[in-house]
Amino acid sequence: MNARLFALLLTLSPVAVNAADYGWLGEAASGFATPKPGAPILFPQDHAAHPGFRTEWWYLTANLTGDDGKSYGAQWTLFRYSLEARDGSGWDNRTAWMGHAAVTSATEHVFAQTMARGGVNQAGVDNPPFRAFIDDWFFEARDAQFTAGRLHARGARFGYTLDLTRSGPFVLQGDKGYSRKAGEGQASHYYSQPFFSVDGAVTIDGQKIHVTGRGWMDREWSSQTMAPDQKGWDWFSLHLTSGDRLMLFRLRGAQDYRSGNWIAPDGGVTQLAGEDIVFEPLDHTSLEGRALPTRWRVKVKSRNLDIVTSALNPKSWMGTDFPYWEGPIAVSGSTRGEGYLEMTGY
Amino acid sequence: MRQICWTLAALASHWRKHPANLATLILGLAIATALWSGVQALNTQARRSYDSAANAFTGGKAQNLVAAQGGLFAQDLFVALRRAGLKVSPILEGSARIGKKTAKLIGIEPLTLPRDVGLAPLAGNRSATGMLTGDGLSYAAPGTIRDLGVLAGERPLTDAGFKLPPLVALSEAPPGAIIVDIGVAQKALNRPGRLSRMIVAPDMRIDATTLTEATDRALRIVEPEEDSDLARLTDSFHLNLTAFGLLAFLVGFFIVHASFGLAFEQRLPVLRTLRALGVSARALVAAMVIELSAFTLLAGGAGVIGGYLIAAALLPDVSASLEGLYGAQISGALTLDARWIISALAMAGGGALFAGASGLLKTFNLPVLSVARPIAWREAHRRYLARQATFALLSLMVAVLAGYFADTLEGGFTVIAASLLGVALLLPLALEALLRIGEALSKTPLSRWFFADGRQEIAGLSLALMALLLALATNIGVGGMVEGFRHTFIGWLDQRLVAEIYYEAATPHDAREIEDWARKDKEIVAILPVWRSKTRIGDWPVEVMGMTPHTTYSEHFPLNAATPDVWRMLHEEDAALVSEQLARRLKLSPGDSFDLPTTGDSWRLRVAGIFPDYGNPKGQIRLDHTRLAQHFADASGIHYSLRVAGDATTRVMTRLQETFGARIARIVDQAEVKKISTEIFERTFTVTTALNTLTLVVSAIALFASLLTLSNLRLAHVAPVWAIGVTRDRLATLEMLRILVFAAGAALIAIPLGLFMTWALVDIVNVVAFGWRLPMHIFPQHWLTVFATAQVAALVAGLVPVRRLARAAPAELLKVFANER
Amino acid sequence: MCVRGLSKSYATPQGPLPVLRGVDLTLEAGETLAMMGESGSGKSTLLHLVGALDDADAGDILLDGVNIAGLPENGKATVRRETIGVVFQQFNLIASLTVGENLAFQSRLANRYDPDWMARLTQRLGLDNLTGRYPEQLSGGQQQRVAIGRALAARPRLLLADEPTGNLDEPTGDAALALTLELVAETGCGFLMVTHSVRLASRLQRQATLAAGTLIST
Repeated sequence: MNARLFALLLTLSPVAVNAADYGWLGEAASGFATPKPGAPILFPQDHAAHPGFRTEWWYLTANLTGDDGKSYGAQWTLFRYSLEARDGSGWDNRTAWMGHAAVTSATEHVFAQTMARGGVNQAGVDNPPFRAFIDDWFFEARDAQFTAGRLHARGARFGYTLDLTRSGPFVLQGDKGYSRKAGEGQASHYYSQPFFSVDGAVTIDGQKIHVTGRGWMDREWSSQTMAPDQKGWDWFSLHLTSGDRLMLFRLRGAQDYRSGNWIAPDGGVTQLAGEDIVFEPLDHTSLEGRALPTRWRVKVKSRNLDIVTSALNPKSWMGTDFPYWEGPIAVSGSTRGEGYLEMTGY
Repeated sequence: MRQICWTLAALASHWRKHPANLATLILGLAIATALWSGVQALNTQARRSYDSAANAFTGGKAQNLVAAQGGLFAQDLFVALRRAGLKVSPILEGSARIGKKTAKLIGIEPLTLPRDVGLAPLAGNRSATGMLTGDGLSYAAPGTIRDLGVLAGERPLTDAGFKLPPLVALSEAPPGAIIVDIGVAQKALNRPGRLSRMIVAPDMRIDATTLTEATDRALRIVEPEEDSDLARLTDSFHLNLTAFGLLAFLVGFFIVHASFGLAFEQRLPVLRTLRALGVSARALVAAMVIELSAFTLLAGGAGVIGGYLIAAALLPDVSASLEGLYGAQISGALTLDARWIISALAMAGGGALFAGASGLLKTFNLPVLSVARPIAWREAHRRYLARQATFALLSLMVAVLAGYFADTLEGGFTVIAASLLGVALLLPLALEALLRIGEALSKTPLSRWFFADGRQEIAGLSLALMALLLALATNIGVGGMVEGFRHTFIGWLDQRLVAEIYYEAATPHDAREIEDWARKDKEIVAILPVWRSKTRIGDWPVEVMGMTPHTTYSEHFPLNAATPDVWRMLHEEDAALVSEQLARRLKLSPGDSFDLPTTGDSWRLRVAGIFPDYGNPKGQIRLDHTRLAQHFADASGIHYSLRVAGDATTRVMTRLQETFGARIARIVDQAEVKKISTEIFERTFTVTTALNTLTLVVSAIALFASLLTLSNLRLAHVAPVWAIGVTRDRLATLEMLRILVFAAGAALIAIPLGLFMTWALVDIVNVVAFGWRLPMHIFPQHWLTVFATAQVAALVAGLVPVRRLARAAPAELLKVFANER
Repeated sequence: MCVRGLSKSYATPQGPLPVLRGVDLTLEAGETLAMMGESGSGKSTLLHLVGALDDADAGDILLDGVNIAGLPENGKATVRRETIGVVFQQFNLIASLTVGENLAFQSRLANRYDPDWMARLTQRLGLDNLTGRYPEQLSGGQQQRVAIGRALAARPRLLLADEPTGNLDEPTGDAALALTLELVAETGCGFLMVTHSVRLASRLQRQATLAAGTLIST
């Protein structure tokens, strides 16, 4: 899902910086590659960065259960964005890197952010085997095939090291990896790996807990900003008890743009039409002066899916440079399950 | 209220009739305030700049990491620390010449820059976007941009030919600094891959062990407190400025006091009439207080503006000397500060109230009916002289006591202030005596009258003359100190700077290679490593420098005091040369022992000698080169001096630069070092001299104002003599002569007083403030100049009033005889 | 002394204000003349002009045949010093000098100091014991006597007095005038006194009255 990618672009949009002063936006519009329908996505090559595109991210969320019987969630994200199409080596590199990490429990939500410049080896992505890193945080594959991997991040109050084992194929989202975001053609290249089993430890305030669970990796790259009328988005990644996985999103604009993919337990993918999906916010949580829908009713009509998602911790607020809500959710209703929800633009 | 209003109107009418008196009053108060607030503005500005500079990298609480041995370090260390999870941000500082100005170039990395240090506005995405796209951006404080003579949006060109990104004003930028991206800084300074420091995110604390593990002793932690040395080191400089401001205020205050006194005397009949008409003493005093407040606002306001202008004019010199002496960058653009304005107005109000206090008190106790008897001036004069003498003696006693107990800067200034005041108060008595002698010696009736009448004039002019005396004495005193310093300093520099070339290698490794190369160069006679380290004794920063056994030192290095075999002792024993400042602070004499904290344990050393180290705010210790290296593992191996044969300096420098390029961080020849050093001191003293001159001008204005207000009264004294048959020209000449005699008297007394002041400055103030004692020099030709200045000041001040007398229409003089008087 | 067609006006914001409009007056040596008139009639102005203290607009003032009206500043000063003695209502002694010095001041300035005459004058004025004092230490009558003595010490050809007794009580004033007239007779100089007291005026040989700048009776 490219929602977070848009978030990045938002920070660089004229809202944030005075374009008249810097004049980089017009320049930037040209010079970057545009996602094209039908462009093949290849593994392991596409685990690497795509410098021709303006922005890109490596992302992993995990729904975990601790030895203490409690539920936890973990998030690891590395964003890459090009400040301008021109690039160089050393400090002349025009890539910015940003890492976000969080650990969520029913009572705590702790997060951290770190940033880096490209070109000096403070952050980057090696491949193959795949290894994304920023500072001492990393997300790495054991081998080129990514049969297993490891994830590490650390903040002032928390840290985690998680071992990943892959049990299914990589999945192309949207239309064979080409994911539309609006009616006017904004799109990204998008693939996922929703079949990770996780085993590791999280530490919160010095307390170390052994955890196991399921992970979901997202990879996305693009160059385009949101459609002008779009204010934000709601994104769901769900592991259902049936073994199916589900990715759904809507972009809130003059007209909502809805999309999703149904992923069968064997990795077979079906793209869902917008009309097929129904989102209905049920309860709101007030955070930082905004009201965020932390309980949802979600339907996929063609699949007779009618579920309610509720947040493990409704206060899963990522108070980073561009703030958003991201946290583990539980699924109930026509089926049960778990997953992650991200909401921006509230 | 009605009562007060009408009383106020009646009182105010006086000023319409006596505009000169009013002008003097306002001018005096305004000038006093201006000089005081000007100095305060400079101090405030400087302190603000220190804070801004200190906060830029620490925000008051962030640690910094620097190369353990000084100089620059590799940027790989930054990456290594980040990859180890330590939140550090790279900085490269250096200086760049832009046109005639030197700017501090600071390279930052916006994405990793912590959000709570002084440079925080440059942290994060937004600033990264600005700095890293298109031409990029440079940031500097608005004042710095003005100082550099460029406009916001322009791209400054460094003398090295590097075009910096377009400038944007950023008020948080430290004064004198241009902030650019780290990559830009490395290019502009030609230091690829090098850093000068790292800022540690304030929410993270790094301890020495972690750092050692991560960087293998390459780096050292600078705790945020260490940077506050700047404020402490510059304290004495600011106290000096403040003292001058106070002195100037005092001189201005004399004017105010004089004009208030005069106004009170002149308005006495009006006051009596008002009281007789039923105005209560309370209402009268209230009206006068309101009047006083109006003056305070008016004059204080003008003074604040004047102070601003004075400060703005002096700021370049003040900041140049602060930078030269202490490495402190001061913003070149004055910022107005509400607190400063209020304090200036308070000073004006306080001064006005104090000056008017006696008048107010007298008004309050004014009897409604006064016995109409002619003022017995002779008796009043005697009382006045007795009072002056009493206060003078009291002041002088304070001076003696302070001198006896003074070992602080405040004490030193008390000695000076009290003795200045004491002698100033004695001035009328001295002039009285002078005139009595003149009277006794005079043969003709006119000359007798000349002296006799002069005695009567003293009381009216004494305050102005005292102000003149103070200004002249200060001029001689400070002038003597400054001139003496210049003499000593230049002589000392000549002795101290014997080596022909001084250079700093980029790294210890480069230093070794340069050393090897230099050994083979036939024109290089000696290579003198001057390795250095830093330590603290007590809480005082101390530089530690190495010396190799060489005749350059043993034959030339100036020493104040030494053991008989100082050089042998230095190189063969655990011994050190200690700077005068440090020796004084630690109360050390040659032969004494002291403990020096080293990178290992503390090291017991004997004092082999004490050397003068003028201008260094820190302490300094000179050790044998080899011993230094043994005890200070972190000694920078990059500083060297070279002795060169004959006239080879330029050739050797060129060869060095051609061979090693950027591996030599800095290289200067002897002449350049001397030039820089003397320039710094010239600028320091420019400030002193300017304040001095201003004080003198103020005192001339005081004299002028007093003469002008007196000239009406003088008419009554002169008219009878005119009526008896002395022409106005003759009388005017005599009046002028009298003023000149007074000024001459003041100047004559000012010379010994000024000498005393020089002594106090050199022997008490300098020693406490800077830790060094200068030999006292005497400059008789300077006295002549001051004497002439006094005469010129008096001539200028007297010209208008005396011309007025010479041109007075007979009708004006006849008014004296008119019945209604 | 001979005054012919003397005119003087003062500049005022409303234009020139004539004070004297062609005054003719003669006073022989040894003659005493009282000049009377209301306030503002011009009598003080006439005295100032005759005393070479002010400049006339028109007319002549002949003293011993010398026209002082046309003299420059220097000449006037010399005339004041050597030919004229003036006594003012306020006495206008020089406060910084002693009585003795005040008495001798003008004669010394004029280089006509005569110790014998000085001594006699001092004695006649009853100031023998007061020469060491300063003016402020004297009574009004004593101060006036010092002023008279100072004016006569240089043996002027003409003595001028402007309300010389105006500040004194009647008996003291009368005594001062009597003494003055005695000394005038002794030195043989002319004496012109401005007064508005008919009683005092009557003690002089001649009386004249000024009204609106014109001499109306002699």
